[in-house]
Amino acid sequence: MSGRRIWAVFLRQLYLYRRSFPRALEVFYWPTLDILLWGFVTLYLQKSTTGLPKFVAFFLGALILWDILFRAQQGITVSFLEDMWARNLVNIFVSPLRISEYLSGLIMVSLLKVIISFVVMSALAGMFYSFSIFRLGMALLPLVVNLVVMGWAVGIVTMGLILRFGQEAEVLAWAVAFLFMPVSAVFYPVEVLPPMLKKVAFFVPSSHVFEGMRALIEGKGFPLLELVKAFGLNTVYLVLSVVIFILIYRDALKRGVLPKIGE
Amino acid sequence: MPLLKVEGLKKVFGKTVALRGVSFCLKRGEILGVLGPNGAGKTTLIHCILGLIEPTEGRIEVFGKELRCHRTEILQRVNFASSYISLPYSLTVRENLMVYAHLYEVDSPQRRVEEVMQMFDLLSLRDIPARRLSTGQMMRLVLAKAMINHPELLLLDEPTAGLDPEIAAKTRRLLCRLRNDSGISVLYTSHNLKEMEEVSDRVLFLHEGRVLAEGPSEELLRTHGVESLEELFFKVLGR
Repeated sequence: MSGRRIWAVFLRQLYLYRRSFPRALEVFYWPTLDILLWGFVTLYLQKSTTGLPKFVAFFLGALILWDILFRAQQGITVSFLEDMWARNLVNIFVSPLRISEYLSGLIMVSLLKVIISFVVMSALAGMFYSFSIFRLGMALLPLVVNLVVMGWAVGIVTMGLILRFGQEAEVLAWAVAFLFMPVSAVFYPVEVLPPMLKKVAFFVPSSHVFEGMRALIEGKGFPLLELVKAFGLNTVYLVLSVVIFILIYRDALKRGVLPKIGE
Repeated sequence: MPLLKVEGLKKVFGKTVALRGVSFCLKRGEILGVLGPNGAGKTTLIHCILGLIEPTEGRIEVFGKELRCHRTEILQRVNFASSYISLPYSLTVRENLMVYAHLYEVDSPQRRVEEVMQMFDLLSLRDIPARRLSTGQMMRLVLAKAMINHPELLLLDEPTAGLDPEIAAKTRRLLCRLRNDSGISVLYTSHNLKEMEEVSDRVLFLHEGRVLAEGPSEELLRTHGVESLEELFFKVLGR
């Protein structure tokens, strides 16, 4: 792997966000809007509900953590789309860049987006609702890492699907992460899910992360078991996602679709 | 040893056969023009050599190494430009070139970017976003990107399409100068047969995925008893 080629992939996106005001704005816009809108809804619901303790912590914590997964996925998929829209994929794929280097570069972009989004949402939650995500303590780090890794796995598979089905599939970049939302039990515990979806949720790493988050907020201690399950599943899914992408890429080479993608 | 050796290259897309056993060689410092009507397989051939399309059959050797096994190593010393592709619109001329200087791991990237900008008259446009460039200026940027890594093999797909006559002539002169000065080998396609005649040392005539004629322009003209490549084009196609 070449550090300079990975840097080149990152630099290309960095220049893009520096040059394009709407794109730079988008990085801040959605996290800000999400936290303001859902934060005030939460405050209102808390006033009307008496039976649910730590309502704000549950809801805002979940919102901030879910955004991490979503931004991690977007950092991969949208960066790929940017190259597709710019008809730049051919230039990239005829360069000495390896697939592993391209993915590593996109992962760097994704990390940057996650950090910005996390900082914005945490600051706003503290400012408007006196909620600090850091109350989750040291466990916050493994929770975040798991969500980021799941976001990468989903992002890489989505990128593969766009490569396979072309520009028509680009809507997946915004839709696929939400497919996992109901079974991730972001805003409610897994126990409220019907039995069949409970089984599905077991295989979704984010469901363990959110269960772990709720356990922490309720003061049930470090959610070791949930984190181990999430790490195990994420490791399998990340490897699988890379394998799937490589298979789709090789198939694209055979079908000769790479030069036409984005047209 | 030839710089590029293509042997029995065949590419089938479903029921369409794009290349039917194409074989040829390209020597160091040679400019090979590939000509043929639309759908002849010119672009597929270039894409196969770049590793963008996997051939159904056949073998491609670049710098004496098989492309399939030494892709990264080979592509480090190769580059490509086409009038059918572009570069990211939001990035400036200089930023685009910097990205590719790093992608090809060029030594002293800033200096090299300045050099290629000078080579293609882009210095005054260095801080202009690519979206504000004219078609001709964009093509110059694409060509500058293609020269960023001092390629030993340059693949050009209709590089002068969309360029005004002055820049097109300048590009042709530059190609010849690069070949003479640095021994770069060029494989390029063009529909401009006069240009092909002027620049190419040798011509490869493709039709329906087959090589119909190959050789130095003068020799081909003499053999077929014609005065220009345009006449040869119609004669070979039987029109």
